[in-house]
Amino acid sequence: MSDGKTIKGRTGDWEMVLGLEVHAQVASNSKLFSGAAVGFGAGPNEQVSLVDAAMPGMLPVLNRYCVEQAVRTGLGLKAKINLKSRFDRKNYFYPDLPQGYQISQFDQPIVGEGVVLVERADGSSFTVRIERLHLEQDAGKSIHDLDPNATYVDLNRSGTALMEIVSRPDMRTAEEAAAYVKKLRAILVTLGTCDGDMEKGNLRADVNVSVCRPGDYERFRETDDFSHLGTRCEIKNVNSYRFIQQAIEYEARRQIEILEDGGRIDQETRLFDPTKGETRSMRSKEDAHDYRYFPDPDLLPLVLDPAWVKEIEAGLPELPDAKKARLQSQYGLSAYDAGVLTADAALSAYFEAAAVGRNAKLVANWTTNDLAAKLAADGLEFDASPIPPANIAALVELIEKETISSKIAKQVFEHMWAGEGAPAAIVEKHGLVQVTDTGAIEAVVEKLIAANPGQAEAVKAKPQAIGWFVGQVMKEMAGKANPAAVNAILKAKLGVE
Amino acid sequence: MTALTSLTLKGALEGLKNKAFSAVELTTAHVAAVEAARPLNAFVLETPEKALEMAAASDAKIAAGNAGPLEGAPLGIKDLFCTQGVRATACSKILGDFKPPYESTVSANLFGDGAVMLGKLNMDEFAMGSSNETSAFGPVANPWKIKGGNQTLTPGGSSGGSAAAVAADLCLGATATDTGGSIRQPAAFTGTVGIKPTYGRCSRWGVVAFASSLDQAGPIAKTVEDAAILLTSMAGHDPKDSTSLDVETPDFASFVGKSVKGLRVGVPKEYRVDNMPAEIDALWEQGVAWLREAGCEIVEVSLPHTKYALPAYYIVAPAEASSNLARYDGMRYGLRAEGRNLTEIYENTRAQGFGAEVKRRILIGTYVLSAGYYDAYYLKALKVRRRIAEDFDRAWEQCDVLLTPTAPSAAFALGERTADPIAMYLNDVFTVTTNLAGLPSISVPAGLDAQGLPLGLQLIGRALDEGTVFAAASAIEKAAGFKARAERWW
Repeated sequence: MSDGKTIKGRTGDWEMVLGLEVHAQVASNSKLFSGAAVGFGAGPNEQVSLVDAAMPGMLPVLNRYCVEQAVRTGLGLKAKINLKSRFDRKNYFYPDLPQGYQISQFDQPIVGEGVVLVERADGSSFTVRIERLHLEQDAGKSIHDLDPNATYVDLNRSGTALMEIVSRPDMRTAEEAAAYVKKLRAILVTLGTCDGDMEKGNLRADVNVSVCRPGDYERFRETDDFSHLGTRCEIKNVNSYRFIQQAIEYEARRQIEILEDGGRIDQETRLFDPTKGETRSMRSKEDAHDYRYFPDPDLLPLVLDPAWVKEIEAGLPELPDAKKARLQSQYGLSAYDAGVLTADAALSAYFEAAAVGRNAKLVANWTTNDLAAKLAADGLEFDASPIPPANIAALVELIEKETISSKIAKQVFEHMWAGEGAPAAIVEKHGLVQVTDTGAIEAVVEKLIAANPGQAEAVKAKPQAIGWFVGQVMKEMAGKANPAAVNAILKAKLGVE
Repeated sequence: MTALTSLTLKGALEGLKNKAFSAVELTTAHVAAVEAARPLNAFVLETPEKALEMAAASDAKIAAGNAGPLEGAPLGIKDLFCTQGVRATACSKILGDFKPPYESTVSANLFGDGAVMLGKLNMDEFAMGSSNETSAFGPVANPWKIKGGNQTLTPGGSSGGSAAAVAADLCLGATATDTGGSIRQPAAFTGTVGIKPTYGRCSRWGVVAFASSLDQAGPIAKTVEDAAILLTSMAGHDPKDSTSLDVETPDFASFVGKSVKGLRVGVPKEYRVDNMPAEIDALWEQGVAWLREAGCEIVEVSLPHTKYALPAYYIVAPAEASSNLARYDGMRYGLRAEGRNLTEIYENTRAQGFGAEVKRRILIGTYVLSAGYYDAYYLKALKVRRRIAEDFDRAWEQCDVLLTPTAPSAAFALGERTADPIAMYLNDVFTVTTNLAGLPSISVPAGLDAQGLPLGLQLIGRALDEGTVFAAASAIEKAAGFKARAERWW
């Protein structure tokens, strides 16, 4: 029986060890060290200040709001907030890096160790330790495909604030890595510190992959000695859950093959090619830059007022873990349902709007199954749902009052999705009210028994065969008969039980 | 016209106020002096039209009765300052004919107070040098010559153009910058006054960066009072510079001539270096005597880490410079050389654009920040820097101001030290300490050596205590009665 971690090789079993560096763009209207606007969709080089373009004599001034966002994120990750941190220069040449250095935080980051609780698909959970979070500038964008002989540079993104969130190597499967990013994203979005838009690259991950033999990882966890683990490769800038998983699966396989052929893993930086589903070498350790980090002399050490940190903490929104616990206790939901709802802030808000006074389990089913499927098919989020929460609540109310059966409710829902409005009106318009009039049901039952004496005898001998009559009654009554009433009347008339 | 250019800033401002002459007349006289002094090579860009335009505007303001404190005063601006629409090159080929679309805070402060810009002043490339010989525009000639000699001397550096222009009466004052002595040493070599204020007094915004943690702007002027007037205008908190100090700027001129009675003057014994000319030692003694006569109490103090200052400086400054100068890559402004690929474009641009001294410092800086060397060089230098600051802190328990020579020699001949960078660096031995500690320090002309060349004395004060520095400097100035002027040969 596989625990999901084991990878079968020719020479025995292997396991993978994964650590992630997630780059999250800080949700802020202006850049980390310049007053230039941050936004998506502006024309090339329209959001560039003199500082971003590294004009002579220009100086960085730290954006207080970006610092606040980093602190908020740190608090959301239950991490240590460093009241004193520092900005350093990471030096290298590239046309999309106008200063010739990136302002980052090297050995004194603003946020220290934290922890994230992550749910697996089966509802079980595991923890990922956060090593640090630091603030840094993003680079601009080099565009190589506009001209065969030239590279164009768009500096709009240059200087935008990023939070780099570094995990410990605590993920053991590609699914766990994706689940971690998903959870991290949910926390950031809930906090409002990153919009989490992976397609725009506002949340992207560098994935560190290594492989080891069963038992090695446990030895590493006991000793914190990395020599128990394999050599890692870093896959840069992966920006979807699917690509993260594909890149990891491919990379682990690649490393295992090399090792099983008697080779060695070279520590290197690799790129994931989504079209081929492969990783390829970008640069080896020997080619690695010497970034010559040193404290940025243009900036003073960043000193935070503990009272200000407390103020930010007091204003934190309800975080996913707390929300999950509350949904379970307040609405009596299962851990699974609460987990599904919590994973999407818009979904849980929708659910809570619809669940007031209603059967929460039913509301959860309708939102997470039927409505979620429809929205996903149309590429819509819950906050843009064409069916308002009040109508889902009304639908559930009709089911609760036995005005319609669950089966009829499916039809009503289709009409709701088609834009026909409130469920009560739909039920009325299409004559979908459940028949609980026992006289009407009795008439149909008597007619069917008379018409099918053989079947009636069979039921007397074998009570389970009553199902056939139930089906016939429902068919005759266009599904509108109250199923409980149908059962009771059939049993009485057929003399079973 | 000669009369107008020989005025002090203070005298000229009074003349303008009393309508003895107009700002246009004053500026016209200086424009003519600048043109006539081209052999000095002090200006790398003359802006006479702009100067006269600004002067006319000043006259209108004076007439309307809303003149600023520097209204109509013609100044020279070191080429390290970005000047809106006016070429700023830091005297490097790499900036080409870069015309900044912005005005540095310091020059904007001066112009906001009514000053008139005569043009941009020569300097060592990126302020890296002590003789103005690394300038892409060629060296500046010191207006002073050895008595009876004809050799051209250096005005010092890096603010050589600023010092020469003031000494030769081409402007009433000039902006300068000081990273390791670049205001004070040229002032000493030219018989002018130069002050490097407390780090953070003047905004660095819009000043081409050499070494961010050391760079400070300040004035070079004809008198201590003129320097105080200019600094009052240049200084001030600037939210665009994170290292700018959020403090009030006092009226520095109010400290000039203030009694120094009871002031404790420290004489640091470690500044008596080997091979220092006896004349400089004697002048230092003279300075001590002057201050004692003025009622100061003289105390010998120790700054034990002084000998480590120069090596530490030549690690910290190049390290920051190597990073600060990375932006000159040919991509967005200035020189861009051809190349077959990106790396070649970088290499060719920087090879052609930077001069030898700048390249040397970029290499030193890159080396000391490299993996494996960082701890031994850069980190160690930062520790030395802290020790030096602590030396000063301890000295302030015993004294209020320190008196030292400004430089270990008088002006030397052009070409005399270019072959030996170390000999050149040694010129900064008395000045770098205050950059490392961020303290205010001034150079005041105190006499002539046997060859007839000016020598300066340096006064160092506590952080933000420029007031005491100005008071002590004006006491020296008064006692020295330094009136000598360079004999005009240009």
